[in-house]
Amino acid sequence: MHLAPGRYLGAATMLSQRLRERMGLLIAAISAVMIVAAGAGKWPLLTIGLAVSVVLVAALAPSPPAGEAIASPGAASELPGPDHLSAAAFAAELDDPIIFFDRSGFVLHANRAAVDAFGAMRPGLSLLLRFRAPDMRAFIEQLIAGESPAPIDFHERLPVERLFRLSAAAIGQGKDLLVLVFRDNSEARRIDRMRADFIANASHELRTPLASVAGFIDTLRGAAKDDPKARDQFLEIMQSQTGRMARLIDDLLSLSRLEMKPRVDASSSVDVADIVQNVVDTLTPLAKENGVSIEIQSDEVQAVIAGDKDELFQVFENLVENACKYGRTGERVVIQIVEGKSGPQPEVDVTVTDFGPGIPAEHIPRITERFYRVDPGSSRAQKGTGLGLAIVKHILTRHGGRLTVKSEPGQGSSFTASLPRSNASPTAG
Amino acid sequence: MNSVHIVSAFDGDLKSIADQLGAMGGHAERMVEQAVAALVNSDAALARKVVEDDAFLDIAEREIGDKAILLIAKRQPLAADLREVIGAIRISADLERVGDLGKNVAKRTVAISGTSQPLSLFRGIEALAELALTQLKDVLDVYASRAVERLGYMRNRDDQIDAMYTSLFRQLLTYMMEDQRNIAPCTHLLFCAKNIERIGDHATNIAETIYYVLTGLQMPSERPKDDKTHAVMVGTARKD
Repeated sequence: MHLAPGRYLGAATMLSQRLRERMGLLIAAISAVMIVAAGAGKWPLLTIGLAVSVVLVAALAPSPPAGEAIASPGAASELPGPDHLSAAAFAAELDDPIIFFDRSGFVLHANRAAVDAFGAMRPGLSLLLRFRAPDMRAFIEQLIAGESPAPIDFHERLPVERLFRLSAAAIGQGKDLLVLVFRDNSEARRIDRMRADFIANASHELRTPLASVAGFIDTLRGAAKDDPKARDQFLEIMQSQTGRMARLIDDLLSLSRLEMKPRVDASSSVDVADIVQNVVDTLTPLAKENGVSIEIQSDEVQAVIAGDKDELFQVFENLVENACKYGRTGERVVIQIVEGKSGPQPEVDVTVTDFGPGIPAEHIPRITERFYRVDPGSSRAQKGTGLGLAIVKHILTRHGGRLTVKSEPGQGSSFTASLPRSNASPTAG
Repeated sequence: MNSVHIVSAFDGDLKSIADQLGAMGGHAERMVEQAVAALVNSDAALARKVVEDDAFLDIAEREIGDKAILLIAKRQPLAADLREVIGAIRISADLERVGDLGKNVAKRTVAISGTSQPLSLFRGIEALAELALTQLKDVLDVYASRAVERLGYMRNRDDQIDAMYTSLFRQLLTYMMEDQRNIAPCTHLLFCAKNIERIGDHATNIAETIYYVLTGLQMPSERPKDDKTHAVMVGTARKD
């Protein structure tokens, strides 16, 4: 087959027609794959899929020959006959990515879950070019060659880490169609990682304040035992250190929780402008304390996006809080909500600008790294944990968005969150 | 119906070149990924494995070159077909270089495996590698999907990679000035960072080649820099 997409399409359409014609067989075959997969591990969803497919197969089995169906049109229209069921419709209802392909390695159909997980999969896409990892290729090549390889783990690291258990089978008459079923194991993997990461980060970052508290306790029990002035001073420092440890643990937990769920529920939509207004209301006391005034400039942009309200709240809370704290000398913070034009799809850009000292150029690329601090002294004084922007970056990545940071020393900094826009209206609540 | 046979053999030749290019891409991606993982976790065994893996890419590049020359000689392709073949030669050369750079990172990992360096340096190198690998993955995904409209966005990310490299460069320099015992390991890390930055450049080269293969045009030249302020972006555009 030639590599021009137009030429694939013809062949793919033809094959997908064949796919539809053989839908009965396909459903039976999918249920067979499911049974194998469900047997291989605990897969509650598949058990449901299995039940559904068994019902479908049962419904298909006594289907009358075409002639009879014409003879009694009334009966045929009441029942959802085999002609109205397709493997594609069936696969669309499953939450696990499923890809159908032919013996040349070209995709015939990918279900919604597969598109969510791996991006667009037009018919005619070469599977071996899309899934290039060496063990993945070996798996697909064995399938194409007619062997039945044992299930493997498929690990996709970017843009968000995901781990799948992959099983496959040849289906259809003459077994010339192949199906790949991905079972998402990311969560189990992430829990493991989270534990390791949490321990590494927490032990590293908690050691300093803990050592200082321990030191003061020693002094209070020894030399400073009967010195009320020093005692007060030491207790104050100890309180601020324990406060810092508490904040650190909160932030680490929140980051770890975020990392556990790789993607947000795309079905809930929220209005970014409302969230920004809420954030400003919440942070007004802090702004007053820092002598900063917050302005919102919005040019009536349609700002509804698919996303999680609480997470997005955290994004703007962190950005505005940073602007109030680190841009204090500028005395004002401006939030602009405009239509984004820099990305490949319609977006909403929310820019938080402060007029403070700005960030030196060499630090900008790295400020979203965990515990990276431009100026450790000032960050500690502002009760920063070094995790705020890491959380922002993580939430934006999960929403398919980006963070753009611009700054000129002496002029101030601006942080722009670009989020892909949805066409839906916000869901209540 | 002779012509059908001839065309399908031709298509088979082209497909076999594209397939092998896909294999090279997957191999190069894994090498870089593992080299960086070996560096960050100071895993000398994994690093040695990466060094051995490089042979595959060298062989594959030569084979793609041979197949391409044979195909040009036998079939005398024109227009899109010719671009496809020439593109494959260029992309395979870039991927082979990516493999070399990954191998070099792995070699340096073995060299510094006895020393310990600040965690923040490794975080920086990890973040740089994430950007470069995302770039490489997106480019190779476009080679598979042929979605040429996704290529324009990549230049931005190349700028981010450069900015990140510059920042790491300064940090490493600071460490070396602080204590001269740091000079040897930090020099290795500096070259590792440079290698990863170069991987991003090769990804951009591949993007330009793919653009040319798909459209017959050169990729529009550098977009104007927006202003003098320093900017950086993180995160990825949603795939759709």
